[in-house]
Formats: sequence, C-alpha cells, structure tokens
Amino acid sequence: MSFSLASHLQELDDLIDREKARGGALIPVLHQAQELYGYLPRELQDYIADRLDLPQSTVYGVVTFYAFFTTRPRGRHRVGVCLGTACYVRGNTKNLERLSQELGVCPGESTPDWRYSLEVCRCIGLCSQAPAIMIDKSVHSKVQPDQVAEILSQYE
Amino acid sequence: MAQLTINGKKIQTPGGTILAVAREHGIRIPTLCHHPALGPKGACRLCLVEVKGSRVLQPACTFPVSEGMEVQTDTPKIRTARKFVLELLLSDHPQDCMTCEMCGACELQDLMYEYGVKETPFRGERHAYPADDRDPFILRDMEKCIRCRRCIRACDELQSVNAISMINRGFRAKVATSFDTPLQESNCVFCGQCISVCPTGALTEIDSRGAGRTWQTQKVTTTCPYCGVGCNFDLHVRDGKVVKVTSRWDSPVNRGVLCVKGRFGWQFLHSPDRLTVPLMKAELWKKRTGTDGTPSPYAGFVEADWEAALDAVSDGLAAAKAQAGPDAVAVLASAKCTNEENYLIQKLARREIGTNNVDHCARL
Amino acid sequence: MTREELERIRAEAKQALEARDMTTLPEGELKPPRPGEVRVVLRNCGQIDPTRIEDYIARDGYFALAKALGMSPEQVIDEVKRSGLRGRGGAGFPAAQKWLFARQAVAARPAPADGSPPAYLICNGDEGDPGAFMDRAVLEGDPHSVLEGMTIAAYAMGATQGYLYVRAEYPVAVDHLQKAIPQARKLGLLGKDIFGAGFDFDVDIRIGAGAFVCGEETALIDSIEGRRGEPRPRPPFPAVSGLWGKPTSVNNVETLANVPQIILKGAEWFAAMGTEKSKGTKTFAIAGKVKNTGLIEVPMGITMREIIYDIGGGILDKKKFKAAQTGGPLGGCLPEQYLDTPIDFESLAAAGSLMGSGGLIVLDENDCMVDVARFFMDFTQDESCGKCPPCSLGTKRLLEILTRMTRAEGTPEDLLTLEYLTQNIATTALCALGQGSVNPVVTTLRHFRDEYEAHIRDKFCPAGVCKGMFHYEILAECCTGCGVCRKKCPEGVIRGEKKAPHEIDQPNCIVCGDCYKACKFAAIAIRPGPTEKSRRAAHKTETPQG
Ligand SMILES: Cc1cc2nc3c(=O)[nH]c(=O)nc-3n(C[C@H](O)[C@H](O)[C@H](O)COP(=O)(O)O)c2cc1C
Ligand code: SF4
Ligand code: SF4
Ligand code: SF4
Ligand code: SF4
Ligand code: SF4
Ligand code: FES
Ligand code: FES
Repeated sequence: MSFSLASHLQELDDLIDREKARGGALIPVLHQAQELYGYLPRELQDYIADRLDLPQSTVYGVVTFYAFFTTRPRGRHRVGVCLGTACYVRGNTKNLERLSQELGVCPGESTPDWRYSLEVCRCIGLCSQAPAIMIDKSVHSKVQPDQVAEILSQYE
Repeated sequence: MAQLTINGKKIQTPGGTILAVAREHGIRIPTLCHHPALGPKGACRLCLVEVKGSRVLQPACTFPVSEGMEVQTDTPKIRTARKFVLELLLSDHPQDCMTCEMCGACELQDLMYEYGVKETPFRGERHAYPADDRDPFILRDMEKCIRCRRCIRACDELQSVNAISMINRGFRAKVATSFDTPLQESNCVFCGQCISVCPTGALTEIDSRGAGRTWQTQKVTTTCPYCGVGCNFDLHVRDGKVVKVTSRWDSPVNRGVLCVKGRFGWQFLHSPDRLTVPLMKAELWKKRTGTDGTPSPYAGFVEADWEAALDAVSDGLAAAKAQAGPDAVAVLASAKCTNEENYLIQKLARREIGTNNVDHCARL
Repeated sequence: MTREELERIRAEAKQALEARDMTTLPEGELKPPRPGEVRVVLRNCGQIDPTRIEDYIARDGYFALAKALGMSPEQVIDEVKRSGLRGRGGAGFPAAQKWLFARQAVAARPAPADGSPPAYLICNGDEGDPGAFMDRAVLEGDPHSVLEGMTIAAYAMGATQGYLYVRAEYPVAVDHLQKAIPQARKLGLLGKDIFGAGFDFDVDIRIGAGAFVCGEETALIDSIEGRRGEPRPRPPFPAVSGLWGKPTSVNNVETLANVPQIILKGAEWFAAMGTEKSKGTKTFAIAGKVKNTGLIEVPMGITMREIIYDIGGGILDKKKFKAAQTGGPLGGCLPEQYLDTPIDFESLAAAGSLMGSGGLIVLDENDCMVDVARFFMDFTQDESCGKCPPCSLGTKRLLEILTRMTRAEGTPEDLLTLEYLTQNIATTALCALGQGSVNPVVTTLRHFRDEYEAHIRDKFCPAGVCKGMFHYEILAECCTGCGVCRKKCPEGVIRGEKKAPHEIDQPNCIVCGDCYKACKFAAIAIRPGPTEKSRRAAHKTETPQG
C-alpha cells in the first residue's frame, strides 16, 4: 500500500482550517485525518505539524501516546476483541485465540490481503453482553469460539 | 510573607515552592527531574516530603509553601520512599558507572551513593537500547535515561527547537525525535542544551569520550571566541588540552545556553593547522627586511611577528589609498569579534582610511 | 426561550411521547427497574427518544435550568451542597465545593481582556474502567440531562464554555450528543443569554483517543489542549488553574446528570436517599458471573448482597460466589465477608476498594485471584502514562511478578517483593492511577493469600485457570457414568463404560476444561500438577496482552 497525501488533501486542508479555529486542534485533526487516510504515516504527520505550527516531535509524541492512533496501515475491517474485565472473565481470550488462528495473524497485525486487522481493545461498553467483539462499527455480543468463523465471513 | 516550619525550623518567606524555600535556607532536598533553568515537572518523585495534614507525600519541587505549613524533609518514611524509587530506577539501568562518561558528575549515581542503593530487589525487563552514535557531537545512550524530561524541556524552553519529545507511554516511553530518527534527520540544531541538563550519562559529548573524568580536569571559565554575544562557559582542561565545554548557569550573558559552535567547536584549539603567529608572504618579508625569515609549514609563507605584520598591513593600506583613493579599500569585519572590536574596525575604516566600504561576515 | 414557551413545548411533547411506543435501547441493556432500584440518573433512559429534545422536555427537561437561572449562582451552589451530592467519577469529592472553589478563583482574577471565557466546565465522559458503562448509557439514552446539568453547573461556577470529553469507543454517544447540542442551541437553551438571564454558555465535544489515564482530570485537560495526557501534580488544582490556565471544574457524567433533578426536586429530596455521608443513588454496571447482568441504579447504602442476589439474580450456573470487584483497575476484590457491607464511598474505601465509577464484576470459584490481579496489572501497566518511575517501572515489575506466578515460576521472595512494591507505589506515584494500581493486588493478597501461596508453593492454580498449573480428575465416587464428558472431549481421551465411573487418560489430556464444564454432577475436580501435554502447551503460548 503506497501512501498518497494528495488523495484527500482538499478535505484535509478544510478540516484543519475548521479545527484550527477551535483551539487544541491536534487531536481532533489526527482523528479525522486517520479517518480519511486510514492511518497516520510520517508524511501525513509532518504535514499536519506544519499546518498547525507544531513541532514534528510533538505530533509524533501525541500519536504514539494514544492507542487509537496508528502509524501503520490497517485492513479493510478492524476486528477488535474486547479484553475488558467483563469480557475477560467471560472467556474472550478463547475467542481471541480462535480469531488469531483463523486469520493467521497476531493481535496488532493485518492479514496479507488487507481484509482484516486484529486488535485487542478494552471495554466497548457492552459488558452486560460479554464476551463482545467489535468489527468496524458493529458489535457482536456473547460470542462463542465456534461462531468466530461465521462472523468473520460477514465482512468482505 | 508566609511563616512555616521545615524540619522544625521556623522560616519566614515571601513564597515559592517548598524546594526553593528549603534551598534558600540551606536545607537540601534531593532532586532528579528538577533543574533550576527549567520549569518544574514533579515527575521523578525523589523530592517527596511530608506536609502535615496531607495524606500522601508531596513533591517539594512543585508544592507551594503556605502560611502555617509544617514540612519534614528527611524522615524514615521519606527515606524509604526515595530509596524505593531509586531501586526501581536501578532495575532499569545498566550498572555501567565504570566506563560511563558521567561517573562522578552523575546525579543518579550521587543519589544511589547517598541512599546506599547497591542492588535492586527487582528483576525484570530492562531497556536495552544500543548507544546511538550516528549523530555528530551528541552520543545518546538511552538505556541510561531515567525519563526526567530535562532534555525535552531544555530543547523547548531554552532553545525553542522541540526536536525531541516523549514518545510511547508507560514502560515503553522514550525520549526521541519524530519517528525516532537520528537527531540529524530532525530539526535539531546541535546546541547541546539537552546534554547540559541531563542528570545522567544518557546524553554526552561524543568527542569527549574517555577524555577525562570530572575530577581529572581543570575547569577554566572563559568567553566563547566565536561571536560577539560572548557566551561564558567552562573549558575542561586535562594535561594542557581542552577536552570538553560545559555550561555555566550563572553566566549573566547566556545563562548556560550555548550554540553548536561554542559547545562543540573547540577542536581547532589543538589543531596543527591553527595559526599561532602571523604569517607573511616570503617575498614580501624579504622585500621589507632583506632576510629569508623563519620558514613556516605553509609553502610561500614565513613566520612574522605582530609588529612586522601590522606594519606591512598599514603600509599596504596607505599605499592603496594614496594610489586610488580611500574607496579602493573595503573592510570586512568578523562575527568572531566583539561588538566593541567591530565598532573600532568601522571607526578605523571611516575615520582613518576614509571609506564607508564596511561589511561583516555575518551578512555574507 | 422563556419559561412559558418551555411549558408550551412540554404540553405538546407530552402527548406526542405518550402516543409513541418506546423500544430504542438494545435488548439486555436497560431492563425495566427491578425491585430495589430507584432511577434518578437513568430515569429517562429507554423512556424517551434521545435524539429528540422534545421528548426530554416532555419529562420536565430544562425546567431545572429555568429554575436555576432564576436563582443566584450562590443559591445554586448552596442547594447542591445541601443535597450532599458527591462526585460519581471515583473520588467522591463534593460537587458544590468544587464549583465554589472555581467561582472564588474566577472572582480573584481580572476578567480576560481578550473576550475568552473566564472559566471552563468539563464533563468527564472518558469512562475508562473496563467493565463500566453507566456514563455511556446516560450519554446515549439521555444526552440532554447531561447538557442541562452542565449548564447549571457552569452558571454556578461562572464558566461560559463547556467541553464534553467522550471516549472514542462510544460512537453512538457522540452521535446523540452531536444531535442534542444543536437542538438545545436552536431553542436557546445553549448559547447567548439563556432564558433571558444574561448568562451565556456553549458546549463543544472532544473525543478521546484511547488512553485510560485521560480520565484523570489534569491529564484530561492536557488532552483537550491537544497534548499527551500526562497527569500533573496538584496544586495547582484545576479549580484554580485548569484548561488553558483558567479556573476549571471537571465533573463526571453521572454527577452532572443528577444536578437537574436536585434543582427541580430540592436538596432535601435528594438527601433523603442514601447514607449519612453518601447521598442519592448510584448506578452500577453488573457484569461477570452473575445471572442478570446490566445497568442498575440503587440508593447508596444498599449492600453488595442485595445487588448481586436480589437484583442480579445470584451467581451463574449454581457456582459459588468468590469475590466482587468494584472500582475497576484501581479498585479491589471483596470476598464473601463484605457482602453485607453497605455500598458507599467510605465503606468501600475502608474495605480497600473503591466506589470508582460503578463497575461491579462478580467472580466465582472458577476465577483465579492471582490471574485477576495479573489481568488488572496488565491493564494499568499498559495505561500508565510513563511520567513517574513508581508507576511506569513499578507496575511493570508487579506485572512481571504476577505473570511469573501464573506461569508456575513464582518464588517466595516474589511474594515479599510484591508486598514491598504495593506498599511503596501507593505512597510515591504521582497520580491516582499509579497510587490505585496496587489495589487489586493488595485486596487479593489480603483476602486470598492462600491462592497466591498455592501458586508459589505447589505450583497449583486451585481455580483451574493458569495454564500448566493443574489437571482434571474424575471423582469415581461422584461420577454417574453419564458419558457427557466423554462425548464433549475434543481429544477423545476419556474412557469409561456407561453407568460406570469414567477416567481421563492423563498424559494425553490437553486440559481444555470442556468436560469440567459439561459435567452435571460436579464429578470432575481440579488437581495440582500439569499433564504432559498441558505443560508443553503452557510453555508455548502466552496469554495475549493488549
Ligand atoms: C486513572 C484515572 C481515571 C479516571 N477516569 C475517570 C473517568 O473515566 N470518568 C470520570 O468521571 N472520572 C474519572 N477519574 C476521576 C477524575 O479524575 C475526576 O476526579 C472526576 O472526573 C471528577 O468528577 P466528579 O467529581 O464528578 O466525580 C479518573 C481518575 C483517574 C486517576
Ligand atoms: S548514568 Fe550515572 S548511574 Fe548510570 S552508569 Fe552512568 S554514572 Fe552510573
Ligand atoms: S542539541 Fe539542542 S536542538 Fe538538538 S535536541 Fe538537544 S537541545 Fe534540542
Ligand atoms: S536523556 Fe537525560 S535529560 Fe533526557 S530524559 Fe533522559 S535522563 Fe533526563
Ligand atoms: S502514576 Fe502513572 S499515570 Fe500517574 S503520572 Fe505516574 S506514570 Fe503517569
Ligand atoms: S480437559 Fe479437555 S482434553 Fe482433558 S479430558 Fe477433559 S475434555 Fe478431554
Ligand atoms: S469488558 Fe468487554 S465490553 Fe466491557
Ligand atoms: S525533583 Fe521533584 S519530582 Fe523530580
């Protein structure tokens, strides 16, 4: 996957202008930039630093502080396995192991065809329906290891 | 004015942090992340003290004094806490004092010594970053870093460059440039302010490696020869040779801050190429004195003395002026001169020679 | 907007609301109140369409604001003070006190010359405790109650700009808030000269980016300013110098959602609920090994037993209760003997735990307390900001020791080191994350020391959790020979004739536990020592860590 800053430059410039007026713009800008480009590679971070008059090191320091931001490209579908307390005690590590097997990747990695990336997250607020898995923006609750393959197949 | 007691001693003060007030009154509180030239951070927890009425220990470096406050700075409880922090730091630190540049000038080592921390009770993962010597001037041995962020604050507050920041978080937090590149690939200007504030051997001068422990060198306070600002610093001299430059925080001119030339550009002092006597073209010398003169290492030049050299210059200038008028002469001054010297040079040009052709290397 | 207009809207909206069928929240999320519940904060959740301001007004929404703006800020502070409302974000600091400090700080400095706000109000919706989702339910189900609470609080303390900090994991909450704010603005309930009282206030949303420590108020402020969320030593307190150096009050979602009800119904009404020092109700998210999981709201002072057994329906699968974990990663695990302790700020703290935000995870006999401690330490270690050594290095060392223990590598010295670490991290860490990180270890050590000792001395995990530290045995005297385990075993290593005691071919058992779960007669027991296969597997795999 090669990165092209130009691909969404107009939108990026617009959102930077919008956020700049509000103060404390960096994190909102990073959120929306990641939404646009999928991830935050160096070229993009440096551009944001430049446009917001911030040191490059500050931007990188912020990006690496927050778990939500990534500097690596991710798959089309983000499979997030909750390892919050409720999901942990209700056995979500078993689902994670199974997902890892099915996809052939470790948590934090993406499949070679960029279809999925596997991530661990901490509580998506569905504790009462634990164990829960979040794929993109939809949630799957009370997941059993045997259902994992079927759930995955819903995401092309 | 507030009245408080520190270790039972009554103190009157207009205010400030516990640390500042204690220091004014000769009470020492250990610190690591605090540096007088930098804003407070409260990160290292070495300066913890007991404040009566407070549930937890409080950092003296950030806690403001107030009326009626009762502070203890050296109880068994405090010593236990400090020792604990030191033991933790040691569990993530190479015990490399033998060959470490900072041995003897290291604040961490001093505290380990004071609190008798010979070993750590903790075993576990230790950061093992290889020492990074890819940059000119600065050696970054990050496994010795205690993450006090003094370097980051210096780069920001003293130098306004912000080449470095904290990256990652928790145990993996590290001082680094954007994308953890060598400093050369960042906007670092190699001023070395970060080295000057680092309490440990994490940041050191690459060219001073192995050249002399702090007690083996003589400190000579001097003024930087490079430019008219006239920064003060200490030359570290061993066996008659300069081996390092360090900041003088009490210098009224630069308050410890230096630029790349002043801090790292001292090698010329002992360069075999350095001119220590004026040289004169051999034929000119012969023409003016009728002798062959003392040969110099440079072909076509002989060694002169100042008297002869200055005479030759003034004769040359007078001849040029007589032959083609004062505007045939131009004077170029140097940024290495002080303002006073530069003032005199333009005076010489305008009044003695009579030309306005005056310029300066900083403009070229 | 005037009170009369608001009344007109209410009258119309009430009829419309009554005519509608309300089934908006996902199933299982918020059941109708169960006996023993009292709904103040959750009163509208599931009862209204959260994306329609009229629905909120129909249920007396924004009438508290109208009333408050007719009072002086000092009167508002006084009313809330008399109600005894304490912060629901964890520490239980009196809400009115916080606003008063901020108000005094505003008065003590000159008004900003550049027209910037004199002070800020921040609503803390970071809800990072993994196992708690009360704030999410309120933000999603009743966003206007939070906005109204914020506006009243801002009026009391003297703020003109508010921020609502919501974690990124809550997209629906963000969506509902993004709808609610313009609706309130349109009706003049946010913006300039609200209710003609000469008071201006507006709210902006900030979305978190995945850092638990940003729930801590000083880190939260840094995060809103666009920086790494690293806590700062206090003083200065945010009330004096907070967001962009201005006086700032940080209040939790649930705290603020209580405020309109207090103003509307009066301090006495609120103070009549709860215990002497903890007034009102508290929401809890019950999860774990309990039959009825989900959100509840109960008066302070109710016991854990009432929550778990009466409201929660008891433990799943007839298992034995072992502990209740409250307060999240900074809280503690309380065993059976605390079941009758009243739940309030002081009692929980005295027991070594925390009210926290209200997560309550029920653990049963098949939960290993050493592993639970390791789980929480893994979390806090991962979430430590890295600023101070006691936490960034200390939690790492704690995690390493606990991990060794759950891998049969713990030593008796490890246990001593563990205690040494917990005692000192608590007193030396900079913020409440580091200070509280030891609580899960301290409480499990205090109440379940025998489990730690079994892990170290016998290399045995009595709960049957830690891989390679136990095996299963079929108890001949209990086995009825039903054969369920034989059918379940994925390895086919259980032998036995029908109606005769079965037996496991130990060297080949992978200790997956399928038989243990399947047996209806509790005939399968957990015994010390690994099987050959499970020992090898334990050395190969590691529990994935986030
Ligand atoms: C590590 C850490 C995480 C916290 N997370 C939250 C949180 O998610 N939500 C919250 O309201 N308060 C949280 N707090 C407490 C806040 O610092 C603060 O006390 C609270 O928001 C104040 O609101 P209250 O007075 O209404 O409780 C956290 C504190 C710490 C130390
Ligand atoms: S940094 Fe200090 S403590 Fe560390 S090895 Fe060097 S001298 Fe010793
Ligand atoms: S040398 Fe100067 S500019 Fe470079 S990192 Fe150090 S302080 Fe910053
Ligand atoms: S490099 Fe030195 S100054 Fe910088 S954080 Fe590390 S120990 Fe402190
Ligand atoms: S206790 Fe932990 S989270 Fe808090 S400041 Fe220290 S390192 Fe950061
Ligand atoms: S633990 Fe698993 S492999 Fe072992 S006997 Fe039971 S079902 Fe079979
Ligand atoms: S713990 Fe998994 S959703 Fe809360
Ligand atoms: S010197 Fe005070 S905390 Fe570091």
